[in-house]
Amino acid sequence: MITLDAVTKTYSSEVAIGPVSVEIARGGITALVGPNGAGKSTVLTMIGRLLGADEGSIEVGGHDIATTRSRTLATVLSILRQENHFVTRLTVRQLVGFGRFPHSRGRLTAEDERHIDAAIDFLDLADLQDRYLDQLSGGQRQRAYVAMVLAQDTEYVLLDEPLNNLDMQHAVQMMRQLRRAADELGRTVVVVLHDVNFAAHYADRILAMQDGQVVEHGAPREIMTDEVLTRVFHTEVQVIEGPHGPLAVYY
Amino acid sequence: MSPQSSPASPATVPATRPVEGAPRSRARETRPDGRRGRRRRLGLLVGLAVLAVAASVGVLTWNNPMTVGSEGFWLIAQMRVETLVSVAVVAVAQGAATVAFQTATHNRILTPSIMGFESLYTAVQTGAVFLFGIAGATMVVGLPQFLLQAVLMVAFASALYGWLLSGRFSNMHLMLLVGVVIGGGLGSLSTFMQRLLTPSEFDVLTARMFGSIANAESAYLPYALPAVLVVAAVLWLRGRRLDVVALGADAATSLGLNHRREVMLILLMVSVLMAMSTSLVGPMTFLGFLAATLTYQLFDTPSHRLLLPAAGLVAYTILTVAYFLLRHVFYAQGAVTIIVELIGGGVFLIVLMRKGRL
Repeated sequence: MITLDAVTKTYSSEVAIGPVSVEIARGGITALVGPNGAGKSTVLTMIGRLLGADEGSIEVGGHDIATTRSRTLATVLSILRQENHFVTRLTVRQLVGFGRFPHSRGRLTAEDERHIDAAIDFLDLADLQDRYLDQLSGGQRQRAYVAMVLAQDTEYVLLDEPLNNLDMQHAVQMMRQLRRAADELGRTVVVVLHDVNFAAHYADRILAMQDGQVVEHGAPREIMTDEVLTRVFHTEVQVIEGPHGPLAVYY
Repeated sequence: MSPQSSPASPATVPATRPVEGAPRSRARETRPDGRRGRRRRLGLLVGLAVLAVAASVGVLTWNNPMTVGSEGFWLIAQMRVETLVSVAVVAVAQGAATVAFQTATHNRILTPSIMGFESLYTAVQTGAVFLFGIAGATMVVGLPQFLLQAVLMVAFASALYGWLLSGRFSNMHLMLLVGVVIGGGLGSLSTFMQRLLTPSEFDVLTARMFGSIANAESAYLPYALPAVLVVAAVLWLRGRRLDVVALGADAATSLGLNHRREVMLILLMVSVLMAMSTSLVGPMTFLGFLAATLTYQLFDTPSHRLLLPAAGLVAYTILTVAYFLLRHVFYAQGAVTIIVELIGGGVFLIVLMRKGRL
């Protein structure tokens, strides 16, 4: 379980996130949605201890992230940002191998190799594993980074807009793979999504943010209503019944 | 795949299951540094080592006026050994420092030399002559002065990094920019002071300022040698951490590394290495950049366990070959940097053109 207690982050006197108090249950996929600047990514990076909170406390799986050693946390949670400084002369397999660093400190054991193989197969990267990162398309590179995060073998996986720059096919593939990671591997996935329809279909819980506050938190059915979405996104939204569940139409 | 389906068993976290039918041999053969790449890199290392040894032997024996094997021959050779040791210390320091610096700062253009380290050295030397005349040139020579200068350079670097990488700045690009500006400013200050010197003072200063292997301050070697060896060894031991640092701050933190502390530590070690090298032979602006870039191009690996020693070897080879050419072929001992920049720059451009990337 991820627990945020009165967490705030102040950028300036006008721009502040929080105080956010919310509990994200263990297991399944939780999607963070909301308009630009609502603070989704800030909250996610604070949970992933990439950004320090100004006030309040955050606990992930019982570990207070401010006081727990970063090395210990790395075996509990992993986080992937949207833009990654990528080292050009790194192969996919080498990158995925870095996911094992918290466990083996860079000296890969046979067990690490098994984890790497499993993560590579999980994201269908077997054919690409010896390619260099700069020879890949944006979507393939994204998959390679997700494979690294999965190889880290943490219970909690945080992803900041993993669908960015992905076309329809790859976005759907990515969400299916995350769904499998949650269902088959028992991971707790927290993901920032822009497209509320993706969130509605693939997530177990939706956490809607607005102006630095969590305004809604619940199952997709509860969030996917005209009233809630219109209020959260400041846009006229109509929810219709699609072939696979509710569908938000906003144009 | 219903979205509402709860995960299989949230209480237990099964590890990523090894997929059946994925033979372990596949992992071995397709390891990042596959057998071919490994053999190529090994060949490169051996080739470089042979070249380095040949140049070293050349420096030791060429133009030795005594007959081979006589007592005098060995005496002269022994005197030249000191030069080679200085070269080795400088090469290891510059090579390792540049690779580590570029990894810590996520750039492959700027080097510690450009970041004000060497202009600080120049400014100190020039300032001494400017203030105290020719007597000043001798004032900055000597063991206490060497240590003082080294401490000064390390303190300068830690202050710059500490100030710019922590607190409300914490911005790598800002630090690089400030470093370059300070470097440029100190350089201009030195030039300005040099303008005001008398010709004889200027002459004395110029003789000291050129990066010169031939008049390396061998009296400092007993201190510089162990310092460089220890720091380079520590860097190598932390090589795997450097590999992770190279992934960027966010990824490194996610993998459990205290990225900022790691970067500060690396930069501190870099400043020690640079202080030793500069105190020993003076500014070597281009050497580190050249050695590091050639190493990236030739070895093509992200592993710092290999990159760090390889950069040292490349720097040593460049320096000994340049020194041999200057001293024994062109009879123009002195500014080795000239050859390094001329030939080294050429080689660098050719390699860059052929590969088409940095």
